Amino acid sequence: MIPSAFEYATPATLNEAMAMLAADEDAKLLAGGHSLLPTMKLRLAAPTKLIDLRKIGELRGVSASGGGARIGAMTTYAEATASAALKGYAALIDATSIIGDTQVRNRGTIGGAMAHGDPAADLPAVMLALGATVNVIGSAGSRAIAIDDFFVGMLTTALEEGEIITSIDLPALAAGTSTAYVKFANPASGYAMVGVAASVTMSGGKVSACRIGLTGAGPSATRLEGVEQALTGSDGSEASIASAVANAGDGLDILGDIHAGEDYRRAMVSVYAKRAIVAAIARA
Amino acid sequence: MTTETMFGRALKRREDPRLITGRGQYVDDIQIPGVQRIFFLRSPYAHAMITSIDTSAAEAHPGVMKVYTGKDLPAVPVPCGVNLPDSNQKTPPYFMIATDRVRHTGEIVAAVVASDIGTARDAAEKIVVEYDPLPVVVDAEKSVMDGAPQLYDGIDNNITFDWKLGGGDIDAAFAGAEVVIKQRLVNQRLIPNAMEPRAVAGRYDSATGDLTLWDTDQNPHIIRLLICMLTGIAENKLRVIAPDVGGGFGSKIFLYAEQLLVTTITKDLATPVKWVETRSENFQATTHGRDHVSYVEMAFMKSGKLCGLKVKTYANMGAFMTAFAPLVPTFLYGTLLSGVYDLPALRVETIGVLTNTMAVDAYRGAGRPEASYLLERVMDIAADELNIDPAEIRRMNFIKGEFPHMAVTGMNYDSGDYEGNLDKALAQFGYADWRAKQAEAKAKGRYLGIGLSCYIEACGIAPSKMVGMMGGGVGLWESGTIRVHPTGKVTAYTGAHSHGQGHETTFAQLISDTLGVPYDNVEIVHGDTNQVQFGMGTYGSRSLAVGGTALLKSAQKLVEKGKKIAAHLLEANAADIEYKDGSFSVKGSPDRSKAFGEVVLMAYLAHNYPADLEPGFEEQTFFDPTNFTFPEGTYMAIVEVDPETGTVTPLNFYCMDDCGNVLNPLIAEGQVHGGVAQGIGQALYENAVYDENGQLISGSMMDYAVPKITQLPSYTTEFAPVPSPSNPMGVKGIGEAGTIGSTAAIANAVMDALSSMNIRHIDLPLTSQNVWNAIQAAK
Ligand SMILES: Cc1cc2nc3c(=O)[nH]c(=O)nc-3n(C[C@H](O)[C@H](O)[C@H](O)COP(=O)(O)OP(=O)(O)OC[C@H]3O[C@@H](n4cnc5c(N)ncnc54)[C@H](O)[C@@H]3O)c2cc1C
Repeated sequence: MIPSAFEYATPATLNEAMAMLAADEDAKLLAGGHSLLPTMKLRLAAPTKLIDLRKIGELRGVSASGGGARIGAMTTYAEATASAALKGYAALIDATSIIGDTQVRNRGTIGGAMAHGDPAADLPAVMLALGATVNVIGSAGSRAIAIDDFFVGMLTTALEEGEIITSIDLPALAAGTSTAYVKFANPASGYAMVGVAASVTMSGGKVSACRIGLTGAGPSATRLEGVEQALTGSDGSEASIASAVANAGDGLDILGDIHAGEDYRRAMVSVYAKRAIVAAIARA
Repeated sequence: MTTETMFGRALKRREDPRLITGRGQYVDDIQIPGVQRIFFLRSPYAHAMITSIDTSAAEAHPGVMKVYTGKDLPAVPVPCGVNLPDSNQKTPPYFMIATDRVRHTGEIVAAVVASDIGTARDAAEKIVVEYDPLPVVVDAEKSVMDGAPQLYDGIDNNITFDWKLGGGDIDAAFAGAEVVIKQRLVNQRLIPNAMEPRAVAGRYDSATGDLTLWDTDQNPHIIRLLICMLTGIAENKLRVIAPDVGGGFGSKIFLYAEQLLVTTITKDLATPVKWVETRSENFQATTHGRDHVSYVEMAFMKSGKLCGLKVKTYANMGAFMTAFAPLVPTFLYGTLLSGVYDLPALRVETIGVLTNTMAVDAYRGAGRPEASYLLERVMDIAADELNIDPAEIRRMNFIKGEFPHMAVTGMNYDSGDYEGNLDKALAQFGYADWRAKQAEAKAKGRYLGIGLSCYIEACGIAPSKMVGMMGGGVGLWESGTIRVHPTGKVTAYTGAHSHGQGHETTFAQLISDTLGVPYDNVEIVHGDTNQVQFGMGTYGSRSLAVGGTALLKSAQKLVEKGKKIAAHLLEANAADIEYKDGSFSVKGSPDRSKAFGEVVLMAYLAHNYPADLEPGFEEQTFFDPTNFTFPEGTYMAIVEVDPETGTVTPLNFYCMDDCGNVLNPLIAEGQVHGGVAQGIGQALYENAVYDENGQLISGSMMDYAVPKITQLPSYTTEFAPVPSPSNPMGVKGIGEAGTIGSTAAIANAVMDALSSMNIRHIDLPLTSQNVWNAIQAAK
């Protein structure tokens, strides 16, 4: 609960922030601080400098873009939940409205959550299901990272040293698409032991496409491709969903802890995949 | 002037405006100029020899005043306040700072004193300690086995005591029984988690030799006494203040190494110092609760009639024993194992076991939740096996008839109406309706469960002579002084300590009634050894029954004194004076009267005053009750189990408590609510887990599940008072009842929900995973 000493800066522009980041390799970006500060208090991290992004206007705000939406990295969960431009992304709102508690939702940011890459965070599953793109800027310029390439492993993402997430793009939802996120929360931390986001497109009484994102269960968020394949082409009935998810956890790298051991967690992947898909289709 | 009766009024707590607007004064809020901060370096090993400690780099760190290790300090053992009779108790010696060996993770190996806490911690990281790890044992049943790692020389098989209690002819009882229910039960380890972690600040004045200690505790006088006994500081030179205290739940009763260290260091350096526990330290190094494994045999007739109970309990005491530790799994547990039932025979054995874990001592309920859970869980298993409704098997076995009732345990139950309480509860809670709803839900594939628990507990341990017989090193009376100032305003001093109980409100209520003064004219002072006469503090739901009664008696003494003064002024006989509504008058001639204020003023002027009466208007009482009080009640839980995930959702919780007469129903309800939350926490969520290496896996709020509001049902709380004859107000105590009665109700509800799956019992906590595993195993 007692962090090491550190410096603190509030750059006004992205360029300033990048320069500060480049100047000190032990500096860290600070967004909502709700993941970074706890690790500092436990001295699991001891950055020499915190570069607070809160004054950088370019990182704020949600806008509609090309049928989809662009979410500034510094958008808080509470702002996302209230945003008109994001209303259609029901899975996202399912997540942003239940993450942590009110304080966490008022401080924690979408960009921070993505950058942190916590294996038990909620948003990674949602972003995978929605097929998001992560926009970043670094000394080598800007680039867009497809979500499928973003989560690399335990607390690691495709972000390079010195890169800053500027925004997240959500593509337009195809006609007939509905989405949902359900979470099996750890009774202590409230983080996901298993969290599943589903985006299901129905056309002509059949599932024509779907994306299922899983978080919490393993070292990093991942898509449930086996389930997606089994579900696609089916009629989306309870029976077909049950059969599509039956072995959802098989072959996955699953973590265990005192609240949910590996076998239990694997079994819960199926249960929550089913619940997410049922919830998404129910919204169609 | 008429004063309204305050007894029974649901007044809001007068403490709350201060506490809920952030204006409380906790130890960490106390500003002491020049204060230095202490950081304790703690052992990362559960069991190891310390081969060397190098503090030189830490001492050289800028801002560091001094670094202490075990060799810098007197070898004063941290005391255990109980020596159980006839139990072969061997109390392990335990020191402020480990010298050559550590026995649990979190044990202090060095103390750094520096200008601020960040500096102290930075410096602590520069201390080099070499450890030689030893084999570790964390499980009580494994710890007593031959070949297990030994914690102390001379404490064979890590058995610190072996305590037995018996009553009735147990062999005959079992020989005559038709059915014996056998069950192994785990009552898991819990971590109290008071909202305010521990904190101690000390200031030594080298000119006067006075030492002041601000300490977050439940009993400042006892802390002072122990520190004085151990350090040689004179009791009149040490002032201990327990200011606003953010919860204790038992964990702040005891003297810990940290209080002794702060005292020793502030004196040694002649500099004020402060230590505030981090939450991580609180998990590791503040006492834990429960941790029993019990083997139960309960004998019945097929009719459901109870014949006898045999219990053998392994109580995990941790690596050392704090003040009350040996009392908790013995006299506060075994003596309650007959519950509200007419049990013909009982045999209990508790084996106290040392392990490489944090010490276990009193946690809300202390022994009684363990007893109540065991008994009420096995009653339900029996009901299931004998095919009797859980309510009926209880009813059949209740103690009925006259009180006091001498139970087979030797406890003399003061009053109660167990069957009446159950009947009222079943009617009010809609037991029959819930059974119907359960059947309807079942038809739709939903698993609802209904769980009952009929608890008894013992509060206000007394008389002091009895505490002595149990091996306790204290008396458990309480003191209360009331000072009426010349203007008629009242300050009352209680030896009880409020850390969430609301004494500032309730004690003012009872004084207002007895003394006939407005409630707003009464102030309550507690928690400061320089203001309050000696006191024993607050735990065991004793404050109102013992401390409240002391104040009541002082108020009564003042009224008697007032009558004498009024009689003198009115030229009447004191026996003919009556006191009502703030006025002393001659019986039969109400116009001949003197107001309370006039009488008080005359006590201070003493101009026109009885010759044989002392001036002043202040009285003191030390009250030692003749017996415990025995609250009882019926709790009912409604839960739903999700068969796919094993998740238990508590839907409703009903409480029918007999805590004797209720002084303030709002506060009493609040006590029930908080207690039930902790009891449900034990039933469904909380679990202190050490791995095989003695690392505390559940060492933070990320892993240790203290229930959040969304994980709790709404409560219905009602009271069915049967006044206690043990004290003049007829009160019993409500501080722990919620915790004592609720865990079994939830567990019974869960098993009830799963009854069609052929699941007889699942050990606590009933987490989703544990329930799911049981469902899979039963398939
Ligand atoms: C009590 C509590 C409960 C919580 N419960 C949940 C929960 O249920 N579900 C859940 O998903 N999360 C939960 N969280 C975590 C919360 O969502 C965090 O806020 C979030 O994970 C991180 O966002 P942040 O804005 O706080 O990031 P910070 O903590 O400020 O930063 C996190 C990391 O990301 C980096 N970073 C931040 N912004 C950027 C950027 N724009 N570009 C590059 N790097 C960046 C930082 O340098 C740091 O390494 C909880 C947190 C707390 C304290």
